[in-house]
Amino acid sequence: MVKHRPRSLTSKPGFWGFLFVLPWLIGFVVFTAGPMLTSFWISLNLYDLHSMEFVGTENYRRLLFQDEIFWKSVRVTLTYAVVSVPLGICLSLALAVLLNQNVRGQRLFRTFFYMPSLVPSVASALLWGWVFNADSGVLNQGLSVFGLPAIKWLQDQNWTLFAFILMSLWGSGGPRMVIFLAGLQGIPDSYMEAALLDGATAWQRFRRVTLPLLSPVMFFNLVMGVIGSFQVFTSAYVMTSGGPNNATMFYALYLFRNGFEYFKMGKASALAWLLFAFLLLVTGVQFLVAKRWVHYEGEAK
Amino acid sequence: MSKGAKSQKAILTLVLLIALASMFAIPLVWTVLTSMKSAQEFAKEPERFIPRHFVFDNFSKAWNALPFPIFVRNTVVIAVLGTFGQVLSSSLVAYGFSRFRFKGRNTLFGILLATMMLPSQITMIPVFLIWRDLGAIDTFIPLIAPSFFGSAFSVFLVRQFLLGIPTELDEAATIDGAGYLRIWWSVLLPNSGVVLATVGVFAFFANWDAFEGPLIYLNSPDHYTLSVGLRMFQDTDGSTAFEQVMAASLIHILPTIVIFFCAQRYFLKGIATTGLGGR
Repeated sequence: MVKHRPRSLTSKPGFWGFLFVLPWLIGFVVFTAGPMLTSFWISLNLYDLHSMEFVGTENYRRLLFQDEIFWKSVRVTLTYAVVSVPLGICLSLALAVLLNQNVRGQRLFRTFFYMPSLVPSVASALLWGWVFNADSGVLNQGLSVFGLPAIKWLQDQNWTLFAFILMSLWGSGGPRMVIFLAGLQGIPDSYMEAALLDGATAWQRFRRVTLPLLSPVMFFNLVMGVIGSFQVFTSAYVMTSGGPNNATMFYALYLFRNGFEYFKMGKASALAWLLFAFLLLVTGVQFLVAKRWVHYEGEAK
Repeated sequence: MSKGAKSQKAILTLVLLIALASMFAIPLVWTVLTSMKSAQEFAKEPERFIPRHFVFDNFSKAWNALPFPIFVRNTVVIAVLGTFGQVLSSSLVAYGFSRFRFKGRNTLFGILLATMMLPSQITMIPVFLIWRDLGAIDTFIPLIAPSFFGSAFSVFLVRQFLLGIPTELDEAATIDGAGYLRIWWSVLLPNSGVVLATVGVFAFFANWDAFEGPLIYLNSPDHYTLSVGLRMFQDTDGSTAFEQVMAASLIHILPTIVIFFCAQRYFLKGIATTGLGGR
């Protein structure tokens, strides 16, 4: 063995490891943990950036029992999540399955499907604002080819949320599809061959072999998708400003409005904590339910 | 399966793929075609899919209608510094998490992963107050500084990668008398170019795309980024000149597409790694 000089505290590897991790830890304390607690404290106050008044749970009480727009934004966001997340997951999976067949130009198609996800969110909102244009947008033109009437996508409150869901599906070829594709490519050929030998049909192979093996990936996409729905902001801010009649008042937009347009910091913080509590609950439930349908390889069932 | 059935299936797949790819492409193609219409033609028949005459002056018009060069400069400064910070910090932190044992390491790493699921709104207001008290409102600092403290996503990616580099390399360097910083700099950094490129591309895209942060922190148009500035474009004009808005949007899109084509391989691999939990 090499003979070491007597070690001081600073030469211990563990200390160095901690030192390397420190930038993140400082960032975590200063920009995450501390602000989370502060946010909770602010939520118990009326605070307009100048004067602060402690009001206890008043902000929460008002939101939950007196604020119609709050409940509207919850409904809007939940509807969006419940429809767009499963639809988006199915579409991403379908694209990945198609790409996973040995077709010519697989990489070219993958790039094509990925392209929409590269469009920065503001550009995407502007672009879709024009696609949805009631008078001359390309979508209504497409409808008219089939003899269907023009729809005021962004002005008719019965259609706006649908328009946002459609727009979200445009991103199905993005990260989510890439993750599914990698998952599909990770399934050993021997599994499929064994299923073939047993005489399984294409659907049975998909249902009994592919889907269970993809379930962890599916679960990841589901959790992140639901969280992502509650972060929808830019498209709503740019395309509709939450209108018409609050039909696209997504939760994150309502929170931003209260905080940075009306300067109701207490109310906005209460909104943030309600969101956090809700997501914690939903994610927790998803993890519990996951035990029944998510299959991890190498795990005895 | 017979040969005929197999090729039938291949053709069906191809047809489906082409149909879907065309649907995905329409909004972008429509944008490009709109941006090449002259103002007169747009006013007369805005709905026409393929312009009668292709013109390119919408790009220069859009460029000159706004302080575009300033927006581009601001966005580039933020994106480049933010990317540098993210690459630097994530490689240091990932080194700590992957090569050392210390008390509480696994707990800390668990916390790091959990922050990935934290909605940004929960910290938005207090963090704003911190920067306000430091007098950093309407500067780029609030948008750049957080990158220097690592993010869950990039630390995770780099750590997964470092775990795959044999520790023999570190040990050899230790025997040669290298300290830990030295090992990080001259053994691990040169060997993790792939993952650092991935993290860099992700960080650049995130900064290029960012909207809510710049909207909160930047007040004077001189400091606007492309995202915030583009929206101003839409506002300034009552009767939106879509042919110019589309041209401006394309200018915003172009760099991400170019970078994607250059770094496609790393980029897609990085996404797959996070989604598959690093398997």
